[in-house]
Amino acid sequence: MSMLNFERKYRVRGGTLIGGDLFDFWVGPFYVGFFGVSGAFFALLGTVMLAWGAAMGPTWNLWQISIAPPDLSYGLGAAPLYDGGLWQIVTICALGAFTSWMLREVEICRKLGIGYHVPIIFGSAILAYATLVVIRPVLLGAWGHGFPYGIYSHLDWVSNVGYQFLHFHYNPAHMVAVTFFFTTVLALAMHGGAILATANPKKGEVVKTAEHENTFFRDFIGYSIGALGIHRLGYFLALNAGIWSAICIVISGPFWTRGWPEWWSWWLNLPIWS
Amino acid sequence: MAGYQSLYTRVQVVPPHYPGVPVQSGAFTRGTKTGLSYWLGRIGDTQIGPIYLGWTGLTSLLFGLAAFEIIGLNMWASVNWDPVEFIRQLPWLALEPPPAKYGLGLPPLNDGGWWLMAGLFLTISIMLWWLRTYRRARQLGMGTHVAWAFAAAIWLYLVCGFIRPFFMGSWSEAVPFGIFPHLDWTAAFSLRYGNLLYNPFHALSIVFLYGSVLLFAMHAGTVLSTVRFGGDREVEQITDRGTASERMALFWRWTMGFNASMESVHRWAWWFAVLCPLCGGIGILLTGTVVDNWYLWAIKHGVAPAYPAVVPPLADPALSGVMP
Repeated sequence: MSMLNFERKYRVRGGTLIGGDLFDFWVGPFYVGFFGVSGAFFALLGTVMLAWGAAMGPTWNLWQISIAPPDLSYGLGAAPLYDGGLWQIVTICALGAFTSWMLREVEICRKLGIGYHVPIIFGSAILAYATLVVIRPVLLGAWGHGFPYGIYSHLDWVSNVGYQFLHFHYNPAHMVAVTFFFTTVLALAMHGGAILATANPKKGEVVKTAEHENTFFRDFIGYSIGALGIHRLGYFLALNAGIWSAICIVISGPFWTRGWPEWWSWWLNLPIWS
Repeated sequence: MAGYQSLYTRVQVVPPHYPGVPVQSGAFTRGTKTGLSYWLGRIGDTQIGPIYLGWTGLTSLLFGLAAFEIIGLNMWASVNWDPVEFIRQLPWLALEPPPAKYGLGLPPLNDGGWWLMAGLFLTISIMLWWLRTYRRARQLGMGTHVAWAFAAAIWLYLVCGFIRPFFMGSWSEAVPFGIFPHLDWTAAFSLRYGNLLYNPFHALSIVFLYGSVLLFAMHAGTVLSTVRFGGDREVEQITDRGTASERMALFWRWTMGFNASMESVHRWAWWFAVLCPLCGGIGILLTGTVVDNWYLWAIKHGVAPAYPAVVPPLADPALSGVMP
């Protein structure tokens, strides 16, 4: 069986949000639930649409397959299947699958009697995705502002949109987002390293304790946030990395249409300088 | 439900300050000064310090301060020592590396020499800080994982400022000091070498960057959600698994069919964080030394399509033989 030796006592009924006991079962290690069924439906349909688009497209080269959004001329209307319609269906399926996955996580949290931190932060990732393919295109008035689903084609989208604003690094929200991204990696390296260094000490030494973790960071940088605090910090940093990424792209176009370097002229023109 | 989310500490216990695990002392010893912060206590530990300064810490700070001063004073000089203009233009100000004509030679101070000196001092400072990271861990009998993760970041720093310029034969290839100037360098670098997004090591680096954020979100979220079962006592849970670890494992097993253990999730974390600068450094080092145009590279290897030429072909100015 695919059950861990301590797993049986945790496999209890209940905790579902919808559907009662109907889908309250496991398949192998996976919990199903109503949202497992809806998630599988959307994931499968979306994947089939991508494969269909690839079959209709010019190449099976995995790097070059691209399912593009509709032309800007379609505005916010439905586009023909081979002219962006597939992209629209895939987008609906993706949002359906992601949301199902999040709600399935909520059901699992309820089953295990634990907090909702993971589904909540996953929700912020969904929101960031929705910002790119729904909120910003709606604000700009055309689905064509979404990014294409392809490995290299989405990179082209990033380049093109970036250079439409001359130099995207000057976007202040982008600066904040990148800072949160890098800080998250730094904190993750320090946290992962600290735990591994405590559990895997110098040869011949016994496993160390939380006192050693605290002492190491106090010796090293003068402060240790502590075993509980580092997870609050990591959660905050990761959450902000996603949120500020969404902000930096949603303000580009709907709220600022010129080059980002130019935006900073407000600073140079502050009345305090003269 | 809201009571279980443990987003901040509601009741603060203020114990006597903990002096830390005893360490052997040399000429230096751990300080005794400690402080207390109520607001830090809302999310983490209240106690601030004591810090262990040590020779490597002290010298690292001194070299770091020297580099900081060289950079700042050069920027100030570039606005004719006008304090108001210094603040006003600060984000645009730079200490630039030497022009290409000096190659790897020693330029005059006001033509890149200060940049070279600031870079040298900053590098010494960072190396001493690395040594400190290693020695602080060893003194406590711990593993040196933090130091080796730090080394991965130093690798990227050295590639950008030393190793790649060395192989390109000119300090002018290095990154300037400055807020907007280093962003300008990044954009110009990408454009010069045919769009860095086509660089596969850049792509890997981004994967590990985003992956690290994903992992920390997953890990921190999982731990916070099980705090009332003691999920934050990670080392204890590694050596003696409790119900917190079991619930964490089952959460991910039921969600995605796979789970890490309390120890292995930190190995995932460490490797993702380390591979981000490690791959990035490889990508930068290959750019200009081995690969001159990542877009053409991508077409050659069949990963990017050749787009139709919409503008007539231009001669590559880099191939005209005229030195900048």
